[in-house]
Amino acid sequence: MAPTARQTTRPPVERIGPIEWLRENLFSTPFNAALSVIAMAIIYILVVPTFRWAFIDAVWAGDSRDACLAVNTGACWPFIENRIGQILYGFYDEAERWRANLTLFLLAAGILWLTMPGMRGKPLVAVLLLTVFPLIAYVLLTGGFGLEIVPTYRWGGLLLTLVIAVTGIVLSLPLGILLALGRRSDLPAVRIASVLFIEFWRGVPLVTVLFMASYMLPLFLPQGMSADKLLRALIAVALFNSAYMAEVVRGGLQAMPKGQTEAATALGLGYWQTHALIILPQALRLAIPNIVSTFIGIFKDTTLVSIIGFFDLLGMIQAGTSDAHWSTPSTAFTGYLFAGAIFWIFCFSMSRYSRHMERVLSAGERR
Amino acid sequence: MRIRVAALAVLAALVAQPAFAGTSPTLDKIKKNGYLRCGVSEGLPGFSNPDAKGNWTGLDVDFCKALAAAIFNDQQKVRYTPASAKVRFTALQSGEYDVLSRNTTWTMSRDVQLGLEFAGVIYYDGQGFMVPKKMNVKSAKQLNGANVCTQTGTTTELNLADYFRSNNLKYTVIAFEKDEEVVAAYDAGRCDALTTDQSGLYAERLQLKNPADHIILPEIISKEPLGPAVNQNDPQWADIVRWTLFALVNAEELGVTSKNVDQMLSSPNPEIRRLLGVEGAFGQSMGLTNDWAVRVIKQVGNYGEIFERNVGQGSPLKIQRGQNALWTKGGLQYAPPVR
Repeated sequence: MAPTARQTTRPPVERIGPIEWLRENLFSTPFNAALSVIAMAIIYILVVPTFRWAFIDAVWAGDSRDACLAVNTGACWPFIENRIGQILYGFYDEAERWRANLTLFLLAAGILWLTMPGMRGKPLVAVLLLTVFPLIAYVLLTGGFGLEIVPTYRWGGLLLTLVIAVTGIVLSLPLGILLALGRRSDLPAVRIASVLFIEFWRGVPLVTVLFMASYMLPLFLPQGMSADKLLRALIAVALFNSAYMAEVVRGGLQAMPKGQTEAATALGLGYWQTHALIILPQALRLAIPNIVSTFIGIFKDTTLVSIIGFFDLLGMIQAGTSDAHWSTPSTAFTGYLFAGAIFWIFCFSMSRYSRHMERVLSAGERR
Repeated sequence: MRIRVAALAVLAALVAQPAFAGTSPTLDKIKKNGYLRCGVSEGLPGFSNPDAKGNWTGLDVDFCKALAAAIFNDQQKVRYTPASAKVRFTALQSGEYDVLSRNTTWTMSRDVQLGLEFAGVIYYDGQGFMVPKKMNVKSAKQLNGANVCTQTGTTTELNLADYFRSNNLKYTVIAFEKDEEVVAAYDAGRCDALTTDQSGLYAERLQLKNPADHIILPEIISKEPLGPAVNQNDPQWADIVRWTLFALVNAEELGVTSKNVDQMLSSPNPEIRRLLGVEGAFGQSMGLTNDWAVRVIKQVGNYGEIFERNVGQGSPLKIQRGQNALWTKGGLQYAPPVR
């Protein structure tokens, strides 16, 4: 056998640099190249005029509609500046707005503490946030103990959006877990009650629930028996979403292999210990994407309270656009863009944090 | 605290008045609460909208203030509830508010079937047309062959068809789902005329690039009498609402304004003397005090003042009085006499 010349492989072609990156990622095949071109064209057609309208052609300073009419091509930001107090707090008395700020600051600090990696005392903060904070927030926002009473009909704007969203989120998760466990329970009474509850709330639209809670309930209850309208709405939102949360959590529970329960039972763990220590931590991790989707849904559904006479963030902006002193061709669109941006920031943050949680919690699996 | 004491004082003064007629449960409740609950629109330029400081303003809002002035001698004692068009009647029936002052059209079905009581007409509205000035059109009858922009699925489209057919005019309708789209299409020149309720036309004109280049034609092709409504089960409360509205119109007719009401107290005119409670006991017979109209006019003004301030020449809308002028000036605003 003749010795063959040793095959020398050529060094690999340099595959770095922007041109190469483009070739590899966007133009790898003619089909992909076509898709890339179409996508870029769409982005160009949509994004460039929006950007021009919102920033370059926009009016940034002024104190009435005349300022925006003079230029009259882009967004009318002075309108937002003029209304920012109402957009954030609704009709909450100006002198008392520090109370809303303090409440939101405490909430933000608590959430940051819990979400920042490496902070100590997380369990304690969590317990405080779920027990003491709601009481503090209630007193701060509504008044009493020497603070002036601010009735709930004056609440509005982002403050109201957050109050409804946070209450809905915080109450619906534990309620949902209990309902999910109830639906899988061996006790017929518990199971039937859970199924009925879940299917009832999932069977009616949220608008109907809010409508019933705010306008129909007072017709059925004796005079003076009914609670504050916002409180009724909060309870309605929490119950409604707990039904959805229950099904999300049940999805996670279904995905757990039976061996987990059996192993826990073999170790001598009871029902609650099995679920608290073995099943739920794993099931909830599996359910994170759907749980966060539900949270985001709750946040966005808060806009529905406008049908029962509350002005949330969006409602407050809409009410502002109806002021004839600020009517211009661009006022309404500026308002909607601003509302959209705020909603996007909140929803996107939740979504990013859930991705982060998934990564952290699945560290064990990747090993 | 001081406000509470003042409220108690007012309440005590009111209670001390001898009541001639039976008491109104709604009025009793309002006095007990210390404020009037008023259902308003969520935002309609000139009729009800929050201003930059977060106070409700507008024609419909001012009527609520007038009622509060009549009851409490304080126009601020109102709690406004924004009500959407869908829930406004249910909320009134369930006692969410005491009076619905929310650009609501008085129709037979609402009056008879819904158990409501309309107190009168605070604003005669109806469908009208807006056209660019450069079209040189002075009347809707000249709109033959026009493209007309409107919103889909409202009675507006039906009224439009009826009007053009009965006048033997041709037209093309260009309909859009959203109000903003209609205005944008009209502003872009896609249609020759825009049609909706006339009060809405004035508000939409402000959203155009050059509002001054457009005019609203005088014709009104449908009847939309807007007025405050209350529940049918309390006729005495309905009387108070009705006669507060009439007092505003009568005051304008008699020349009583917020500025001259104090001098008018010594007027020899018997109609003015009865309206202002110098003669007779008309206020007391409704469960109020005899000077109720004085308080209303002093704090809120007469109908003309309210109109001009909110939707007329004193506002960006600049709506003409038109049908809403007094009957003595060719309009429809007419109030029965205080007698």
